[in-house]
Amino acid sequence: MLAALVALSAGGARGEPLVADLTSHLIGITGAFTGTSVVLFGATDGPGDVVVVVRGPEHDVAVRRKRRVAGVWVNTKEEVFVGVPSFYSIASSRPLDAITTPDVLGFHELGLDYLRLKLARGTLREEDTPFRNALIESQQREGAFGETVGKVDFLGDRLFRTTLAFPSNVSIGTYLVQVFLIRNKGVVSGQTTPLVISKIGVDAEIADFADHRAAIYGLVAVATAMVAGWLASVPFRNA
Amino acid sequence: MEIYLPIAEVSLDVFVLLALGGGVGFLSGVFGVGGGFLLTPFLIFIGVPPAVAVASSANQLVGASVSGVLAHWRRGNVDFKMGGVLLVGGFLGSLLGVWLFGILRRLGQVELVINLSYVLLLGTLGALMLVEGTRTLLRRRRLGVPRRKLHQHTWVHGLPLKMRFRRSKLYISALLPLGLGFLIGILSAIMGIGGGFVMVPAMIYLLGMPTMVVPGTSLFQIIFVAATVTVLQAINNRTVDAVLALVLLIGGVLGAQIGTRMGSRLRGDQLRIMLAVLVLAVAIKLAVDMTATPEQLYSAAVVL
Repeated sequence: MLAALVALSAGGARGEPLVADLTSHLIGITGAFTGTSVVLFGATDGPGDVVVVVRGPEHDVAVRRKRRVAGVWVNTKEEVFVGVPSFYSIASSRPLDAITTPDVLGFHELGLDYLRLKLARGTLREEDTPFRNALIESQQREGAFGETVGKVDFLGDRLFRTTLAFPSNVSIGTYLVQVFLIRNKGVVSGQTTPLVISKIGVDAEIADFADHRAAIYGLVAVATAMVAGWLASVPFRNA
Repeated sequence: MEIYLPIAEVSLDVFVLLALGGGVGFLSGVFGVGGGFLLTPFLIFIGVPPAVAVASSANQLVGASVSGVLAHWRRGNVDFKMGGVLLVGGFLGSLLGVWLFGILRRLGQVELVINLSYVLLLGTLGALMLVEGTRTLLRRRRLGVPRRKLHQHTWVHGLPLKMRFRRSKLYISALLPLGLGFLIGILSAIMGIGGGFVMVPAMIYLLGMPTMVVPGTSLFQIIFVAATVTVLQAINNRTVDAVLALVLLIGGVLGAQIGTRMGSRLRGDQLRIMLAVLVLAVAIKLAVDMTATPEQLYSAAVVL
């Protein structure tokens, strides 16, 4: 990695304002997967702040509100949010409000407060705010949305690195890792790197075999239970 | 003594699990109910993830039911023919139930429907059984041996496809057990249980089976329901913790043997009153939970 950093640093010197890469572009999920982390490292061509955003593949999420109906709590109101990232985390070299303006944060969707969430039936109104907050809170409870802004560490004033953490219940699909270079409160350069999280893992055949084993595992579990049930009844037979 | 459960990814006291398995096995032996409706909530309570608790309970039910059926079989208390007809209906019903489950989930009402059906079903059955059982008990006290009409002729006896169930001493239309199995199959798929606690009272009151053959026949049917659930869970969700199931099983099979013996010593009406109280207790607990203010007013679910 050091060699890569040196190479990146040289690249930065050649005039590219921002270069970044991940230690791995593929996360394979196996049965023993308990979450993982990937290191993002890179270089800038001079002083500035770096913000890193990770977005998971988008899906639609229904948020429902319970209300007491005839004494029983029932889901009565539903709002469907479309194109919600299944994962969102952000890291920055300094607090976001210190390095740029709300306009820039809003334009690039930097931070959960600025995440653009759309409703299936149209634009988000003032009275929909509780639903928006409930969505973000529930995603945070599940570990899909980061609760805090992570740290981008600078080594010197040009090399930087940060650790992207993924929980064990992470969704599969293609993730986008966006890196922004911010100077004088404006984004001067950006780079997007894909990151694939896949159940297939490094070797497709291993996962395939594990799937077959799951069926056999289930059958063995049933057979074991049946034999244990029979064995246990044997001592009682003549009683 | 702690034991690590590889799929659940938690360490739990092995004696707590043995006692839990034993208690539930005992109930299944006495009443012929699978006990899934008690085991699953208890496992979640002691820290097993809900999905693993549901799947591993099903796995342990298979063993406990086999043990119970063997014990009942030796006493000649299993009506295999009746069990087979119920099973066919149950299979068809569970197909419909799985389909309904998908629709309810899309509507966001699956939780409500599960809880409501538990409360309505358990509440009604429990209350009916309690009233009937108490009445029989009181009558016996007053008049000595109760005298019940052996055979009452109603419209159900006019249904076609009549079948003779020798063990149950019944000559009824096959449509009755088929329909009952079908309805319980739907409930099993929606409520995620073997359905024994619905099956048992229905066999006694709807089909008119002798109380003694009911637990064995119900358990015979549960073996297949639980085995199907276990394999499907293992394939689809990989949530079957074999270590957990085995520990529960060791307690469970022993409990089932003791329970079966105890059950055959108790009189039918006593058995029914005890089951009624148990069923009512679960119904009341669920009803209270449904009316209590939830921790989170909002819930989010991915739209598939």
